Amino acid sequence: MSESTLPPIQPAETAPKPVGPPEPVGPPEPVGPPETAGTPETAAPPEQVGPTVHLRISRLRAGDRKPHFEEFEFTPEPGATVLDLLLEIRRNRDPSLVMRHSCMHASCGTCGVRINGREALACDTKVAGVTAPTVDVEPLVNQRPVADLATDMVDFYARFEAVGFPLVRSAETVGGAEPPEGVKAYTRFENCIECGLCLSACPISRTDRSYLGPAALAAAARVADEPRGQPLGPIFAIAAEPDSVWRCRDAMQCTAVCPSAVDPARALLGLRRRVAFGRVRSLLGRGRQ
Amino acid sequence: MVSPLDRVSPGARAEFREAAPPAPRDPPHVVIIGGGGTGAAVAHDLVLRGLRVTLVERGEVTSGTTGRHHGLLHSGARYAMTDRASAIECIGENKILRRIAPGSFEENDGLFVALTDEDADLERQFLEGCWQCAVPTRRIDRAHALRLEPGLNPDLRLAVQVPDATMDAMRLPLRFFATARRNGAEILTFTEVTAVTTAGRSVRGVAVRDHAAGRDYEIGADIVINAAGPWAGKVAALAGVTVPVAPTAGVMVAVRGRHCNMVVNRLHAPGDGDIALPQRGMTVLGTSSWPVNDPDDPDVPADHVENVVRETSNLLPALRGAEIRASWSATRPLIGKNGTQSGRGMAREFRCFDHALDDSPTEGFVTIAGGKATTLRAMAEITANVVCGKLGIDRPCETSDVTLLPHAAWYAR
Ligand SMILES: Cc1cc2nc3c(=O)[nH]c(=O)nc-3n(C[C@H](O)[C@H](O)[C@H](O)COP(=O)(O)OP(=O)(O)OC[C@H]3O[C@@H](n4cnc5c(N)ncnc54)[C@H](O)[C@@H]3O)c2cc1C
Ligand code: SF4
Ligand code: FES
Repeated sequence: MSESTLPPIQPAETAPKPVGPPEPVGPPEPVGPPETAGTPETAAPPEQVGPTVHLRISRLRAGDRKPHFEEFEFTPEPGATVLDLLLEIRRNRDPSLVMRHSCMHASCGTCGVRINGREALACDTKVAGVTAPTVDVEPLVNQRPVADLATDMVDFYARFEAVGFPLVRSAETVGGAEPPEGVKAYTRFENCIECGLCLSACPISRTDRSYLGPAALAAAARVADEPRGQPLGPIFAIAAEPDSVWRCRDAMQCTAVCPSAVDPARALLGLRRRVAFGRVRSLLGRGRQ
Repeated sequence: MVSPLDRVSPGARAEFREAAPPAPRDPPHVVIIGGGGTGAAVAHDLVLRGLRVTLVERGEVTSGTTGRHHGLLHSGARYAMTDRASAIECIGENKILRRIAPGSFEENDGLFVALTDEDADLERQFLEGCWQCAVPTRRIDRAHALRLEPGLNPDLRLAVQVPDATMDAMRLPLRFFATARRNGAEILTFTEVTAVTTAGRSVRGVAVRDHAAGRDYEIGADIVINAAGPWAGKVAALAGVTVPVAPTAGVMVAVRGRHCNMVVNRLHAPGDGDIALPQRGMTVLGTSSWPVNDPDDPDVPADHVENVVRETSNLLPALRGAEIRASWSATRPLIGKNGTQSGRGMAREFRCFDHALDDSPTEGFVTIAGGKATTLRAMAEITANVVCGKLGIDRPCETSDVTLLPHAAWYAR
């Protein structure tokens, strides 16, 4: 994607609340938490066609000054996800809908959007679980828009780069298993799927673009807990910078929206403690670590 | 003061080799249609051989079959009894990928588990098949298997350990994309090929629609490569040629919780619901198989989901009560005989078609189809060999020796 085709980066929000929806429109609808599937009033019993859903999608072409909503009507199958509906639009109604998706099961982290103002993975949000009569789907904020629902993750990954992209780590074994001969220790992929939901939801990131943000700091905390040969000095140095752990005001939005059990808020708190502890030690003349 | 954003940890950049400066001053231009794993690997191979490469993908990269697959780096053992060519290909590529993409796989190995007498009777045939295909095996008795994998059905008869592994379906191909782009390939996402432009029986390029900008334009090419996976038939039709790709769908199920440490396979002839593997905080179960006409987002039949859960919970009983987080389907780009034959019986092999050799020849158009995510690099190698042969370029394939950039380099400016 060449730079010139990108619309200008969205200005940072000034208020730590969900951004007002684009054009024709009133305040965002309240949402039930995206994951609580099967809310009694709206969830259809199995094998029955559910109620009509009005999906309003934020549309933006490169060069447009502002996004606008476009409405689509559905009678979704029970169990349908928001991503299913978006794919249905792309396939049968408007092939020009631009969105990111890949794995369909909350593993790749590309399908992050805001659903009625709340960050969620489209593939991990059952339509029946959204209690509002209309479902507004908008792109994440704090990221450069590409078109429609797609944002450019470059800035998000730039934050991650500072901590060295941990991807695999030691695995906790199921049932205290012993690793088989030939495998020294089990490894597993990190929980963090690099979806950027936390960065979009973070009120500090909305006002301060240089704040490193929850995902990267949670990754730093993970490295500090399990260095696997990575030197810890640079990690603590990053954490001690002014744009780092001390900017966090414990809004806890990151942990609330995280789809992958990373709990960035708690990780950040732990890192903050370690940095503070390091400072005390160096004041006492013992040097860090 | 230096912002933490500007700081790059030295470990972040894997060692990788830049493409040697292209030999010809004005290298031929190749357009690749399809940004799945196959297209990514073809782009990587061709830029290393000095060609100018443009890849077009109608959605986000890996938004076709690639991103949705099971996440199994095959050892080849699954095919050892039924499809030796694929088994040999898999074990070879399994070793190469671990070398060129370090850190992209969970180190967990796999078990083939015999549950019934009938399964256990296959032991010899299975071990011999693996041996003939050079797939390393270790036979394990029941008690040992339960120590490695305490969640296994305690009635199991025996198990065989093989070098399967869990991979990230998107992040492995991202490393190919990132490295190809660093070496000069242009990767255009949200750009759909709407027509293949021709002069007589020669392909001259593609007409595309950039969905993000809402703009149509043409891209000229010396050769166009069709790497559109299960859509290969549709893309071939744009060029007026046919390819025997039989889109074959399969259902996958992700349940919450890691219910196994290793890749757990059933020791029997490949069938439905016979693989479970751990991925992040989930266990992913698969799969089924049925022919489809349209590769776009096939249904997720409820009975297939039930069957996949039922079958895999014979291997790992705890799966029976596990909460389903997601179920979805994906479409395999299997090679069939004229697109009619479909399903499990079909070989998982891949083929590269130079359409200049068709009964009614079309010059400048090459299709790569079939295969598996595990064999993406090998598929790219034969495709690049065909393309270089056509262009008279004599440069060997280097991709077995080039360490790929980390996946996050794809998002670097
Ligand atoms: C259910 C299932 C499970 C599987 N599990 C495994 C596994 O565990 N391990 C393994 O090794 N393999 C697995 N496979 C096989 C593997 O996923 C595929 O062989 C592989 O991903 C195919 O990659 P590809 O790049 O050839 O096709 P794709 O990934 O489908 O790429 C083709 C691309 O072309 C694009 N395209 C189509 N038309 C156009 C157009 N007109 N213009 C521009 N772009 C276009 C599509 O959007 C798509 O992204 C599985 C397959 C299935 C179906
Ligand atoms: S910490 Fe959670 S919300 Fe943030 S990027 Fe990682 S997975 Fe997404
Ligand atoms: S599509 Fe991968 S997380 Fe939703």
